[in-house]
Order: sequence, then structure tokens, then C-alpha cells
Amino acid sequence: MEAILANADWGVIVILLPLTGGIVCFLWPAVSKTAGLITVAAVVLAVAGLGRQIMEHGAYRHTVGGWGAPLGIDLFADGLSLFMLIMTALVGLGISCYAKSYFNPRDAVWFWPVWLFLLAALNALFLAADIFNLYVTLELTGLAAVTLTALTGRIDALSSAMRYLLAMLAGSLAYLLGVALLYHDSGSVDIATLAQRIEPNATVWAALGLMSAGLALKTALFPLSFWLPPAHASAPAPVSALLSALVVKASFYILLRLWLELFADFAEGVSTLLGLLGAAAILWGSLQALRQTRIKLLVAYSTVAQIGYLFLVYPLASASSGLAAGIAAYLAFSHALAKSAMFLAAGNLMRFGGHDRIADLDRAVQRLPLTVSAFALAGVSIMGLPPSGGFTGKWLLLDAAMSQGRWDLAAVMIIGGLLAAGYIFKVLGYAFMQAKEPHDARAVPAGMEWAALLLAVGSILLGLMASEIFALIHPDLVANAGGAVERVWTA
Amino acid sequence: MSHAFAYALVGAGLFLLGLYALVAYAHLLRKILALNIMGSGVFLVLVALAKRTGDAEPDPVPHAMVITGIVVAVSATALALALMLKVSGKTGQAVLPGRHQD
Repeated sequence: MEAILANADWGVIVILLPLTGGIVCFLWPAVSKTAGLITVAAVVLAVAGLGRQIMEHGAYRHTVGGWGAPLGIDLFADGLSLFMLIMTALVGLGISCYAKSYFNPRDAVWFWPVWLFLLAALNALFLAADIFNLYVTLELTGLAAVTLTALTGRIDALSSAMRYLLAMLAGSLAYLLGVALLYHDSGSVDIATLAQRIEPNATVWAALGLMSAGLALKTALFPLSFWLPPAHASAPAPVSALLSALVVKASFYILLRLWLELFADFAEGVSTLLGLLGAAAILWGSLQALRQTRIKLLVAYSTVAQIGYLFLVYPLASASSGLAAGIAAYLAFSHALAKSAMFLAAGNLMRFGGHDRIADLDRAVQRLPLTVSAFALAGVSIMGLPPSGGFTGKWLLLDAAMSQGRWDLAAVMIIGGLLAAGYIFKVLGYAFMQAKEPHDARAVPAGMEWAALLLAVGSILLGLMASEIFALIHPDLVANAGGAVERVWTA
Repeated sequence: MSHAFAYALVGAGLFLLGLYALVAYAHLLRKILALNIMGSGVFLVLVALAKRTGDAEPDPVPHAMVITGIVVAVSATALALALMLKVSGKTGQAVLPGRHQD
């Protein structure tokens, strides 16, 4: 038994489990809720199995069907891939527990199969070893995400799903054209082989531009973020949480991977540009979030701002790219936990009051204490206050910016934190106040409140477990993270 | 200028033409067709660049990629058309409603 567990091809299982589960849910809608939850829980265990293998034997590589590169498809997982898989599995499990109580039977029939297909696509994406396989999985992720956005069939959801789909397809075609050019230049799509052969020339520069632009569009980097707020705000709450927490991280992961392995050495000018756009995203997204009168739009614009932080790692990566990747992955994880908790809490408030107008929250803090606590705890991480995951990630980023003399980026990060405090306290403030006219309130199932709270608690716990997590991605970060926490306690 | 390079240039031209139409036209069917033209441009580049070293035999790998790409493009187009029908069924016209406040 022990030997079977240690030698199983967990990478393949991690992809096949949700794929099979999705088909089962599709064929037998009556059992979809149970089958869906069991599948997601099983994926968590399979990811744990893969993690154990990677811890013991180093990076995982599997040649599907025995056909290796260049003809066949390889699966590959290192610390960074594993970290993204863990993020997807854990946040996905939290959102699934919420979705169990959220959907009415008519929508649940569609939610579960499509969500499991999305999970299979995300897992395959994080395990892909070549840039063409990344394209296919990216497209699968996008199609499943668009379908989930349109789930309710209301007109605002349909039109934002349509806009989302058009942006997704344009972004992936630009990426695919970049793949074609890189293949022409180097004769391979395998990332490891490309890394050995790549040399800066006109073709590679064109590929870099096309791939970066396409992936920036799919990650909603300002000013290509026009599609995100309507899509994330009009989708049902669990879907918004999946989109904001996981789907935007998929294209970000590809860009990070390409940058680390292929482009970092010669494209410093582009790194600077990505960093500047990230800084603009922080300011613009936060200011827009402050202006919103509806919670879901506020949270969606907050996602635009938080994506900006992820892009700040590019200009800071010159000192140590592994370090920057670790910070980016850690920030992505803490944002995934906090933002999913926020969207789920917003879904509870909408279920409770029948609307999501911030000014009419009407003493939600007394009537839905767990939900408001979830929103506040997630807010702590989004604002970057200790001891949350958001704090440790942003502190490391700030530390890197200051040690490289990038005071401009450091200032933007601090202003972004203050603006985040502004929009989060705006919601919390109204949650304490009585509305002018009293509202009828509908009951919110306890499972939905607890799911939101557990994800929010997770975003705080992530900050306390920083050293263990950084050991997984990048050993150098352990020292820095430990220092960050110590400096806070002594300050 | 080799034949292959000329085809690749035509492919890049189709990509740009499609991108222009995607942004310029409001009607959703035109946007979906524009995306298909962009896709065809990319496929043409892939096929043209397969013959890159002047060998007699072109490289088969990009052809396999194009087959996969066509499958993806067909599914994406099907989803886009279905969404377009839903949008036009609800609003009576196949255009996206006024831009969101962004």
C-alpha cells in the first residue's frame, strides 16, 4: 500500500480525477452535488500525494503514454507548480463547500460539471511542461470560466460573459502566435529545451511581445482590465470567487513561468513596463473600488488592484528571479484565499438582503456576524496588515523594492494599502449602521457563512506559516520571511 | 523572399486584420468572425513556418498543433455563437450593451 502511494503517478491522477468527476456529474445530475464534493476532496488528497513525491524525490516529470518531448506531452511539476496546485485544491474545496448550499437545483446541475472541468483544466495548466500544452489548457480554462459566468442566464451575466469570451480568445490567439514564432526560432515547445536554445533576436522579441500582451489581457493587467469587473461582479458568488481567486492566476502563472525560464535575462525594459502597469493598476483599481456603491463591483475592482501587486515582482526580479517568483506565488495564494472569502461573504450579504448596495447593509454585523467577520479578516489580508498572508507577501515586496532603491514602487505599495483600507472600512462602516428603511431579511445557510469564514481564517494563517511555505518554493525566502515577522514583533 | 515567408506574412496580416475588426465592429457575429480570421492567420503562420530549414520534408509538429488549434477554435466559436444567440434573444439585438463604467 505504502509503495503504491509513493509510486503512483499523482500528476496524472490530479488531472483525471476532476475530469472523470465532471463527466459523472454531467451524466447523472441527481448525484452531482455529492459527486462534485467528493471529487474536489479527492483532488486535495491527490495533490498531497504529489507534494510528498516532490518533497522526497525533487521535481516531478511524467511522459504521457511513454511519448517524450519533442513529439509527446510531458507533465512537469516543481515547487512553484505544486504551490499553485495546492492553492487551487484548497481554495476550490472551500468554494465547493459554499456552492453546495448556494445553488438552486436548476443551476447546480450546470455548476458542478463545469466547475470540475475548470478544475481539471487548471490542474493540467499548472502541470504543463510545454508552451503549446499551456495554450490548450489556457483555452480550456477560459471556456469553462466563461460558461460559469453565464450560468444564471440573466442579461448582465450573459453580456459580460460574451465580453469576457471575446477578450479571452483574443488573448489566447496572441499567445498562440507567440508560440508559433518561438517554435520557428528554436524548433521546440518544451520549456526546458527552449531555455537552453533561446537567444534574443527579432523573432523572439516579437514572440515575447505577443505572449506578454495576450497573457496580460487574460490576467486583466491595467489597462487591459476592462472585461474583469463586469464579469466578476455579475457571476454568481461562488463563480466570482473562482474567477478572482484562481482563473486570473492561471494566465499569471504562465507569464511568470515564461519569464523565469526564458525571458528574464534579456528583457529588462519589458519588466520595467510590466512593473509600471502594475503600479498603475494598484492606484486605478483601488480608486475605482473606493467609488463603487455595490459590494461585488468593489471587490472586483479590488482584484484589479491586487493583480497590480503581482506584476510589481517583474522589475524587482533582477536581483534574484527565484526570490521574486516565490513572492509572487505567495502573494497569489494569499490573494486567492482573501478574495474568495470576500466574494463569498458578498454572496451571503446579497442572499441576506436581496441586494448588494453598500449603503443599505443595515446592521449586517449584528445579523450576520460570521459573514462580516469573514469580510473583515479577508480585508486584513488585502490591506496588508499583520499577521496575514497579504502582509508577509507585501512586506517582502516592499523590502525588495527598498533594497533596490525603487522608492517609487514602494510608495505606490503603501498608497495602495491605504486605499484598500479605505474601501474595506467603507463596507464595514455601513455594516454597523442602520439603514433608513428597514429591509426584509432572508436566512443564510450556516455552511455558506462558515465556508467564507474558513477561507478568511486561511488567509490569516498563511501569514503565520510563511517560513514553511517559502521552504517549499524558494529556500532563500525563509530567512527573509523570518526577518519580516521578527521585525514586526520587535517594532 | 521564400514562399514560406510570404505565407507567414499573409498570416500575420490576417491576424492584424482580424484584430482590427474585433475592436472596430459592434455586431457580435462580426466580432466572432474576426476572431476566426485571427485564428486562421495564426494557423497559416504555423503551417508556413513548418518548412523552415529548406529541407524537402516540412516539420510535422506545427501541423499537429494546427489540428489541435482548429478543434479548440471550433469549440470556442460554438460557445461564442451560443452566447450571442442568448444575448440577442434577451435584448433583441446582437451587440454588447453600452460599455460598463470602467
